[in-house]
Amino acid sequence: MSASPSVSAPVSDTRRNLLQEGRRRLADQPNYALVSILVILFLVLAIISPGYRSLHSVSSTVQVAAILGVMAGGQTLVLLTAGVDLSVASVATAAAYVMAQNDIHGVLIAVLIGLGVGLAAGLVNGIGVGVFGVQPLIMTLGVGGIASGMLLVYSSIEKSGAPIVPGPVYQLGTGTVLQYFPLDVLLVWLPLSLILVLGLRYTGLGRAIIAVGDNPIACRLSGVRTWQVLLATYLISGLLSATGGMILAGYENAVDLQLASSYLLLTVAAAVIGGTSVFGGSGGYAGTIFGALILTVLDALLTVVNASEEYRQMLYGALILLLAWAYARLAGST
Amino acid sequence: MSSVAVTPSPTPFIPAATRRRFLRRNVWGASIYGVLVLLLIVEKIVHPGLEAFDFQTLVIETMPLAFAAMAQASVVLVGGIDLSIGQMMALVNVVGATYLVNADLKQAILASLAIIAGTAVLGALTGLVITVSRVPDIIVTLATSFIWYGLALHVMSTPGGGVGSTEFSDLVNGEIGTWLPEGVVVVAAVLLVVWLPWYRSKLGLSVYALGSDRTAAFLSGVRVARTRIAAYALGGVFAALAGLALLCETLQGDPNSASNFTLNSVAAVVLGGVSLAGGRGGMLGPVAAAFVLNIIGAIMGFLKVNPNYAVVIQGAIVVLVVLLAATLTLRRRT
Repeated sequence: MSASPSVSAPVSDTRRNLLQEGRRRLADQPNYALVSILVILFLVLAIISPGYRSLHSVSSTVQVAAILGVMAGGQTLVLLTAGVDLSVASVATAAAYVMAQNDIHGVLIAVLIGLGVGLAAGLVNGIGVGVFGVQPLIMTLGVGGIASGMLLVYSSIEKSGAPIVPGPVYQLGTGTVLQYFPLDVLLVWLPLSLILVLGLRYTGLGRAIIAVGDNPIACRLSGVRTWQVLLATYLISGLLSATGGMILAGYENAVDLQLASSYLLLTVAAAVIGGTSVFGGSGGYAGTIFGALILTVLDALLTVVNASEEYRQMLYGALILLLAWAYARLAGST
Repeated sequence: MSSVAVTPSPTPFIPAATRRRFLRRNVWGASIYGVLVLLLIVEKIVHPGLEAFDFQTLVIETMPLAFAAMAQASVVLVGGIDLSIGQMMALVNVVGATYLVNADLKQAILASLAIIAGTAVLGALTGLVITVSRVPDIIVTLATSFIWYGLALHVMSTPGGGVGSTEFSDLVNGEIGTWLPEGVVVVAAVLLVVWLPWYRSKLGLSVYALGSDRTAAFLSGVRVARTRIAAYALGGVFAALAGLALLCETLQGDPNSASNFTLNSVAAVVLGGVSLAGGRGGMLGPVAAAFVLNIIGAIMGFLKVNPNYAVVIQGAIVVLVVLLAATLTLRRRT
C-alpha cells in the first residue's frame, strides 16, 4: 500500500505555475498569440466601423495584405540569415515602374523585365554580402539608393509613352474569384506561402538559410557554401520585392516614384512581429503572414478612426514597438 | 658567445608597436581626408572659377549631414544603430522654427540649448527602451522614427516658421573674414567641446569597450545599460545640432525635410571608417565623409550632369567603398 504524497500547494503557487505554463506554451507556439491579436484587432475594427462587418471586408483586407506579405517574404528570408534588406522598397518601386513603362511590349515582357529588375538588385546584394562579406545593412542600403537613383534617371528620359499598368496586372491586384477570393492571394500569396513555409523546413536551402543565420562559423566548418546560400537568399528577396511592387501597382492601377516607399519598414515589422529574430537563425514565414495581416488591419483601423496623419504615424510606431516588446517578452521567457 | 645587436629605434620615445597601432587605427580616417583634398582639387579643375563662395556653400550644405553623421557615429560606436536620426532632425527643425522665428540671438541660443537637452532626453529614452525591452535597436529606432515624424507633423504640418536672428543662422551661413565659413568653426568647436571630453572620459572608453566586445566589457566592469543609454543620448545631442543646422540652412521648418538624412548618415559613418559592428572609428572620419558625399554632388553639378545621376553615383560610391573595405579585410583574414 503506497501513500500518495500529499501535495498542498498554496493557491498563489498554483496560479503562478499556470501563468508560467501558459507563457511557456505561448512561447512555443507564438502563432496562437498572433492569431488572437489579429482576431481581436479585426473585431475592434468591425465594432468601430460598420463598413468592416462583412465577409467582403475580410477579403479586401487579405487582398491588400498580400502585397506586404509577398514583400515581407523576402525580408523574412534575409532576416533569417542575420541580415536585413533595406532595398525592398526601392526595388519594388523600380520594378513596378519599369514594368509599367514597358507595357507597350506586352504584359509578359513587361512583367519579366520587372522581375529582372528584382533579380539584378538581388544579384548585386547577394554578391556583396555573400562573396565580399559586406554588412547587409550598408550593402542593401547602397543598392536601394542606386535603384532609386536609376529609377529617377530612367523616369526622366524621354520615352514614347506614359507608364501604364498592364491590364492583367491590374486584374491580379484588384480582381477576385467568386467574389471573396482575391486573385493576388490565390495566384501569388497562397502558393508563395506554401513554398516558403514548407521550403524553409523541408528543403536543403531552407535549412541552410536558417543555419547560416544561426551559426555561420559552424556552417562554414560543415561545408555549407555560405556564399551560395546568401546569394540565393538575396536573389529571392529581390524577386519577391519586385513581385510585391508589381502587385501594388496593379492594386493602385498607377505607378509613381514613391510607390512602395512606406513598405520598407513594414516588411521588417511584419517579420519581427511574426517572430523572426533580427539576429537570425530563428523564425519563419508563417508568423510573417500573421504579421502582415496584423499590420494591414492596424492600418485600416487607423484610417477608420479618421486619425490625422500625425496620429497615425505616432500610433503606428508605438504599436509596432509594443508588439515587438510583447514578443520579446514572450520569447525571452523560456 | 654572441652579442645581440640592438638597432636603436629612430624615434626612441614612441615604440614601434604604438606607431603601428596608431597608423592602423587611423589609416582609414586619414585616407578620407586625402580623398576630400583630392576631390577639392578635382572640383577646382572642373570649375576653374572655384572660390571661397563655393567652399562656403559646400560647408552650409554639409553641416546638417556632418552633425547627423556624428549622431549616427555615436550610436554605431557602441554597437547599435539609430534609424530615427532623420526624423529626430525633422522634429528639432520644426520645433526650432516655431520658437526661433521671433527670437533674438540670446533667446535663440537659450531655446537651442533647451532643444538640445530635450533631444538628448529623447535619445536616452530610446536607449532605455532598447536596453530594457531587449528588442533589437533596428526595430526600436524604426518605431521611434514613426513617433518623431508624427510629433513633427503635430508641431507643424506644412512648412513654416523661421529664424528671427540672422546672427544665429549665420552660425551656419556666415563667414569670418573673407574665407573662413563660420560653419567650419562651429563644427570644430563642437568636436572640441563635446566629443573630445567624451572621448577621453571613462564613459567614452566604455562606449568603445562595449561596442568592441560586449561580453568582455561587461566582465571588465563596464556598466552596459548606462553606457548604451549615454551613447544614444549623445546621439540625440548631435541630432539636435543637425536639426538646428538644417533650420539655419533652410531658414524654415519643414517636417518632411529630413527623410534622406538617416540613410545618408549611415553611409557617411561607414565611409568615415566607423565599423558598423562597433568599437572602431572616430568622429573625424564621418565628418569628412559627409563633405565627400556632398562634394561629389557639387562636382556633378559643375559637370552639368543630370542631377539624378548624382544620386546613383553617390550610392554606387558607397557600395564600391564598402566592397573595397570588405576586400581588404578579407585579405587580412585569409
